[in-house]
This record gives sequence, C-alpha cells and structure tokens, in this order.
Amino acid sequence: MTTMQSSTEAAELTNGNGNGHSCASCEVTRKATDYASDAEVRWCPGCGDYSILNTVKRALASTNIDPDKIAFISGIGCSSRFPYYMGTYGVHGIHGRALPLATGLKLSRPDIQVWVATGDGDCMSIGGNHLIHALRRNIDLKILMFNNRIYGLTKGQASPTSQLGQITPSTPYGVYERPFGPMQLALGCEPSFIARTLDINPKHMLSVLERAGAHTGAAFVEVYQNCVIFNDSAYDYITGKDVREDMILELEHGKPMIFGKERNKGIRLNGLNPEVVTLGENGITEADLLVHDEQATNPMIAYMLSRMHAPEFPEPIGVFRAVRMQTADEAMFEQMAAVRAKKGQPTLQQILDGNETWVIE
Amino acid sequence: MDSHSSSKSLENLEQVVIRFAGDSGDGMQLVGTLFTSATAVMGNDLATLPDYPSEIRAPAGTTSGVSGYQIQLSSGDIYTPGDEVDVLVAMNPAALKVNLPDLNPNACIIVNADSFTPQNLQLAGFASNPLEDDSLASYKLIPVPVASLCRLAVAPAGLKPKDADRCRNIYALGVVCWLMDRELEPIQAWIQKKFASKPAVMQANELALRAGYDYGETSEILQTQYRVAKAKLPAGRYRKVGGNEAIALGLIAAAMKAQRTLFYGSYPITPASTILHELAKYKNCDVRTFQAEDEIAAMVSTIGAAYGGAFAATGTSGPGLSLKTEAMGLAVILELPCVIVNVMRGGPSTGLPTKTEQSDLLQAMFGRHGECPLPVIAPVSPADCFAISVEAFQIATRFMTPVIVLTDSYLANGSEPWKIVNAEDLPEFPMWIPDDPQTFQPYERNADLARPWAAPGMPGLAHRIGGLEKQEKTGRVSYDAMNHERMSHIRAEKIENVASMLPDQTVFGNEDADVLVLSWGSGFGPVRTAVERAQARGLNVSHASLRYLNPFPANLGGLLNKAKKVMVAENNLGQLGMLLRARYLMDVVPLCSMQGKPLNASDVLAGIEDTLARG
Repeated sequence: MTTMQSSTEAAELTNGNGNGHSCASCEVTRKATDYASDAEVRWCPGCGDYSILNTVKRALASTNIDPDKIAFISGIGCSSRFPYYMGTYGVHGIHGRALPLATGLKLSRPDIQVWVATGDGDCMSIGGNHLIHALRRNIDLKILMFNNRIYGLTKGQASPTSQLGQITPSTPYGVYERPFGPMQLALGCEPSFIARTLDINPKHMLSVLERAGAHTGAAFVEVYQNCVIFNDSAYDYITGKDVREDMILELEHGKPMIFGKERNKGIRLNGLNPEVVTLGENGITEADLLVHDEQATNPMIAYMLSRMHAPEFPEPIGVFRAVRMQTADEAMFEQMAAVRAKKGQPTLQQILDGNETWVIE
Repeated sequence: MDSHSSSKSLENLEQVVIRFAGDSGDGMQLVGTLFTSATAVMGNDLATLPDYPSEIRAPAGTTSGVSGYQIQLSSGDIYTPGDEVDVLVAMNPAALKVNLPDLNPNACIIVNADSFTPQNLQLAGFASNPLEDDSLASYKLIPVPVASLCRLAVAPAGLKPKDADRCRNIYALGVVCWLMDRELEPIQAWIQKKFASKPAVMQANELALRAGYDYGETSEILQTQYRVAKAKLPAGRYRKVGGNEAIALGLIAAAMKAQRTLFYGSYPITPASTILHELAKYKNCDVRTFQAEDEIAAMVSTIGAAYGGAFAATGTSGPGLSLKTEAMGLAVILELPCVIVNVMRGGPSTGLPTKTEQSDLLQAMFGRHGECPLPVIAPVSPADCFAISVEAFQIATRFMTPVIVLTDSYLANGSEPWKIVNAEDLPEFPMWIPDDPQTFQPYERNADLARPWAAPGMPGLAHRIGGLEKQEKTGRVSYDAMNHERMSHIRAEKIENVASMLPDQTVFGNEDADVLVLSWGSGFGPVRTAVERAQARGLNVSHASLRYLNPFPANLGGLLNKAKKVMVAENNLGQLGMLLRARYLMDVVPLCSMQGKPLNASDVLAGIEDTLARG
C-alpha cells in the first residue's frame, strides 16, 4: 500500500555518478525487452524511430543498468514520444525544453542516468539555446537528436535542417534559408562527446550509443533518421545501396580515413581543407591520409569533418570527438564539498540566526 | 548619553523618517543599509525602502541618476518606511531637487554644500542656489561642506584624492549617526571586516565616520540631537531581514526541515536576482543554485529537479513570469511541487524595472493557456517573506502543485526586524511518498486530491509522465473526452482544497465597519497605518490583509458581506477588485495607485474619508 510518510522517512536520495554498471553486485542479467514499457508504440509504420528505440534498449541492456536508475526526458515532436516507450522513469515535456528539464533532474539527482530524446525542430529551432548551453556546461546527459530534416508531428513543414530548395507545405516554392549543420553547431560549443549515426545501420548505431552511454559528460549524437511520411528517402543520397560505400566515411579512432567500394579512397589534408584522394594514384599511400583522433584537444579536424557533405565528400559517421572534461554536475559537487570544508555546515538555526542578533526583553 | 555637548538639546521622538539621497554611484544604498544595522541593534522597530534608478550609473549630477534609501525608525510598532521624510541627506543638488516634494514641511535637510556648484545646480535644473535664495526657509537647513571636510579628515590615511572622496558617504553617515544618537560600533565593525585587506581604506573610512560624528557634536549649525527609544516589540531574539533575503531563508528552512535538497533555478532579473545571490552562498548546505540560460530554462530545470524529488523553486519578475507561463502549465499538468517566486515590478514589458507595483496578480491567476489553476499567495512584509516561502512549499508538497508567491520590489528591497523563528517550531512537511510497486499508480488521489510523489531511483516505481492529458489514476496518455473533463475538474478542485489548510481571514477592527479596507501582499503596511489613523479619529473603519489570493480563505465572502462598504487598495488598476467582484458578485470601491511607489498611508486615509463622505 502507498502511505503517507513524513519527509524524514522519504527515500534516501544519494549522490553518485549514474553512468556505471550500477548493478555490479546484482545477479540479474537484463535483456533489451527489460527496458521496454507496455505502452503501444505509435510511430508511423516504417519510421526510423523504431530502429532507434530498439537500439537504445539493446545499448542499455549491454550495460545491464537498472531501469529504475534511468530517466528519459524529451520535448515535443515525433522523437519526443520516446520516453513513453521506455520502461524507465521519464518526462515528456514541452517543445524545445527537454535539455533544461534534464539538467534540473541531473543536478538534483546525479545518481540517475539521464537521456534526452529530441529532434531537429525541438533541438535546433525552438530549443537551440538550450543545446548550446548544455554542451557548454558539459552536463552529464546523453542527447539523441533524431534528424529527419522535417517537422513530422505538425505535418511536414521545413525545419532548420531542411535542405535548400526543399518543397514543404510551409515552403511551397522551396526552402530559401541555409540549413544548420547540427554537428557544426554543436562542435562550436566544444562538446566532450559528439557522434553521428544512421537509423538504417543498427549495428553502427549500437556501437555509438554504447559509447555515448558510457561517456561522462554531455554526449551529443545526431541520428540521420528517415521520416517515411513527410521526407521519405531524405538520406538516400548517402545511404542508397549503390552509393553508401562511396558516400559514407566510417570514422574509427586511430585509423586512417578510408572509404569507397574498393576501400581505395581516402581523406587527405590539403592546407586547411580536406580532399578526397585515391590510394595508389600519384603515389598516394595510407601514410598520406588523415588518421582519426577522437581525443584531439583541438576540435578543428572534427569541425572540418562535420563540414563534409555529399556528393563532394563522403559524410562521416561515428564518434567525431570523445574527451574527458569535468562535467557541470561534478564541478558543482566539488564546489559544494570545498565550501563545506572551508565553512563547515551550519545548522538551520545558525542559518536563521545570521550574523547580527539582538534580544528584546 | 554623555557624548553630546551640554550646549545642545536632546529631543525625544516616537518615530522619524530619514532618507539618504545622492548620485547612484555615491553609495547611498550602502549608508542606508549600515544605518539600518546600527538602528536595528539599538532595538528600534524599523522599515526601509531603497529607491534606485534602473541605470547603474546615470549621468552624474542629474535628477535621473538619484538613488535613495529611506528608513523609518520608531519606538512603537510601524508597518511602513513612512510617507513623509523628516530628515533628508542630499549629497548633491539633484538629490535635493528630486526629494523636496516628499519632505515633511518642517523637515531637516543635511546637504553636501560643496556640491552646490553652478554646474551641478544647472544639471539639477535649479535656476538659483536653493542654499542661498530662501526657498528652503521653512526647513531646518544644515549645509555641511562634506567633500572638503572629508578630505581633511581622511588625509592621515594617505589615499589618492579620488579614493579619499569615496568616503564622503561614510562622513555623511557619521553626521546622521550623531544627529540620531546612534552607536558607531556596528558600522565600525562592518568597515573593519569589509576593508580587512585594505588597511588604508579601512583607516580612511573609520576616520570619515568619526569625523562626521564629531562634526555633529561640535558644529554650531547642529543644535538638536534626536533620540528614538527602544521599541516595545514582543520579547525574543531579533535580527534584521530584507524581503528577498527572507525568501531565501524560507526556501532553505523548508528544504532543510524536510531533509530534501533545495534546488533553485533562476535567470538574473531585477528585483529578483538577490534571491539567487543569497541562495548561492549556501553551497555548504546542499543548496543547489543553477543560473539558467534563460527564464524558460530556469522554470523547466525547476520542474526537472522537482521530478527528481528536490524541493525546487525558481524566482523571477514580471517579464520572466511571462516567459515561464508555458512551463508553469507543464508543472500544473505534471502535478509536481515547486515554488515560483515572482518579485513584481512596474510593467508592462520592461516598464519601471526598479520600481514597485502589484500588477501581476491577474497574470499569476490566469496567465496560462488551458484550465490551469494554481495557488497564489503573497507576503505582507519583508519579514513575512520567510513564512510565505515555508508555506509555499507546504502547499506545493502536500497538494503536488506549483505555487506562485507574489512579492514585489518594495518588500524585496525593504527590511525590518524579524523575531527569529525557532527551527524546531517549523512545521513538518507531510508528503505522499509511494513505496509499493504492486499498487503504485502515478495519478492516484488522496483525500486532498493530491497524487503521490515518486522520484527516479525508487525501485519498481518507474513511470512516465508528460504534458499530454493523462488517464485518471494510471497516468497513461489519454485522449478520451470524458477523462479530460474529469481531470480538469480534479485539478481545479485540488487547488480549491488548499483552502482547507488556510487560516480564517482576520479583520483588524469591527467586522460590521462602515468601510472595510482590503489590501493584499505588500499593501498591508500602508493600509494598516491608514486604518489605525482612521480608527484613532473614531471612524468605524477596519482592515483585512489578504495573504492568500488563490484560493481565497473560506470565510472571506462572509466577511465582505458584513461590512457596509468594501474598499480595495492596491498598486495596480484594480486587479483584486476584479477577482472579488467576479467571485462574490459584489461591488468594491477601488483605491488604486501605480506611481512606482508603494501605497501611501495618507492617500489611503484620504480615500477612506472620501468613501465615508459619499455615504
């Protein structure tokens, strides 16, 4: 039975990082289905979100983390229905504001692993301000941005990532504004973790989400996601069967940037610009190619990669950058401990008394 | 007291109103605060009112840059910083010009005579020098060459002239301390602490303070010293507290009493920012302050922290409240407890950002889309800001709802003695914390119609909530029409149920008075003062001071019907009046003022007399 309790009996709220395998001593081995809620999933048949939902659950199962120690937070949009489908704690908030809600939760409950599901409208448009500040603070959140380059839930208007010329109900003669590159925008904030993956490649997505889940700090993941109703085939130009090897560069830490059907193409740095070269032509060898370093302190190469677009370049997927930086939540607790050490911890009565009191008889 | 020379007279006063005024860079707020400390420890009742321009440093010497700090000290019980000024300290001609209209006809004016140069007189818009043209003949004018005397006094400290001049305010403070027979120790202690790392500055300020005091004692132009006896306040231990400071203390007290983390998410805005400043000092007491990127993030982070089980609060002022409204709707439908402190200022838009007003009442009541009720409560004095914050969390956590606290610039920046609360006497915070996964339903109801508060991490209670309408009890998304209507009624009734925990509305005076004057929040002080004066004249007038605006106390309607006439005094164009008319189908006489200043007791008294005269 639920009961009325006084505050002193309230559940103990302990601090501690929520990212680890919280069940080291626990014998339960969890499966992906242990992270599912019993709510009926209501995305359109064929939506890329299904693939993301399944892969997220698999990524969580791989860490065996207790679902009661996880919260999924979202804003508004198709992507933002995500929390309802997870068997974890969750809040479906208001448009664009998933990140501050998640931030407030994380600062009050650092022991909870907090994930954010958002989209290109929610995160790049109405919630843009919150993204840059979440990344600046490096608050410990896993941020999944489903980029379908369209407003799906409001029936197909152009989003800040819709492409120039795209015809939509709100742009019947074509989009005439430049789109955001979400990775470029995010990299401007020097995030500690940033990656891109594809809804149609669950294997790749799983590896990226496992990395994001294990990362301490703000982890931003852009998922190229297909909206089957309002922007179908938006990514066919890089994911089509006949082009994908030539149009996608899979980044791997410490490995030269090689791609192509024949695995004979690569990215070389020419001054401050990347260029596509062919191995074996003009004496070019692997040694001439850029080697991916996700831990580079300087995010310049990562930024350069984020600007590579098909068809001139293959579009990179994988972890662009992963560095360990102090998180806002860690810094806050460090400061709290330092102030406690210096000033001690006054009783409530001492706080109420203040510095100067007098007595009236 | 032996210190005053025998040639001078000593006059006992019941109360006196002093205003320090100068350029906004002259340190008037500081000397006002220091004088207040010196007054508080001497056991007077007091009330203060800072008044400053929105520009940090408006052009020097102009009337737009004048900053003031007013304090009323008394041997009796007082409720306001006073209507008319008895002692004005004017550091330049502009400060004199701006404050002349507020002076008591026999007021004492201390001016920094050195500043009355042709250039400053022109900047202030004086055609001739008021120190010489007899225009101030009705006042007790005390011209003190503060600038030159101060430089001489602080010379031993060896400061550069520019730095030496920065002690002028302290010199003037010394003069007033003599005039009002204050002890210098609290001020000296402050100087020693503040300038501990700058010995020369410390020495200069100490010299200036002492020299100003000695000037009062020895100068021929100061003939009378005033003494205000200790106030007969209820016995107990006291401290001085400001409104925003008391809000912060109340939030801390509630969270500590309930053994919960206090989270405060806020974005800087005048006049609410000092709540954030105050709370940020308490990092050693599990107070987690978060300076958000904007007002919306401040509100939403507060909701996130509340979901996490913290005692969560945010603070803002009018424009920020507007930005928070969508998120407040989320908090209402999520039914999560949190406190929204709105420190009202002159609006709309940027309006009068540093001046007081009570014009956000209707926004607090109705400024959200959908049927979106939440409790609204308002403190009546700076010290009451403590109690109201504690009550706000009591309502929020018992009824699982956001609560709006409507305070204002007047209370926020004002200060008064506060009888310190005993921490053990603070109320408990009964909360409905579920623990059984078998029976837990996130939108189950108790007798109050509140729902249980389950935070992430609780075993087996994982659940999802959101802004979409919820199925009764289960909390699942529901688009069912009848369910939506039921849930809308439940949310409304739950807020009405808050009235069950509220004390009855009291009336000061006869319930069947000829005129019952209603005030809400900060209107208490001036209205109580006016009603006391009216009663002293034998008028059958009473006062009801409202702290609870939504819901109203259950007995309010009955009280309003007993009085022959009901007058509503408020710092807006009649917002409470509109609520009362709508709720009780009765007329009220409005007494409205919105001049960037709190209600004025004399105006309220005139309004009462006018209402009585109309029969």
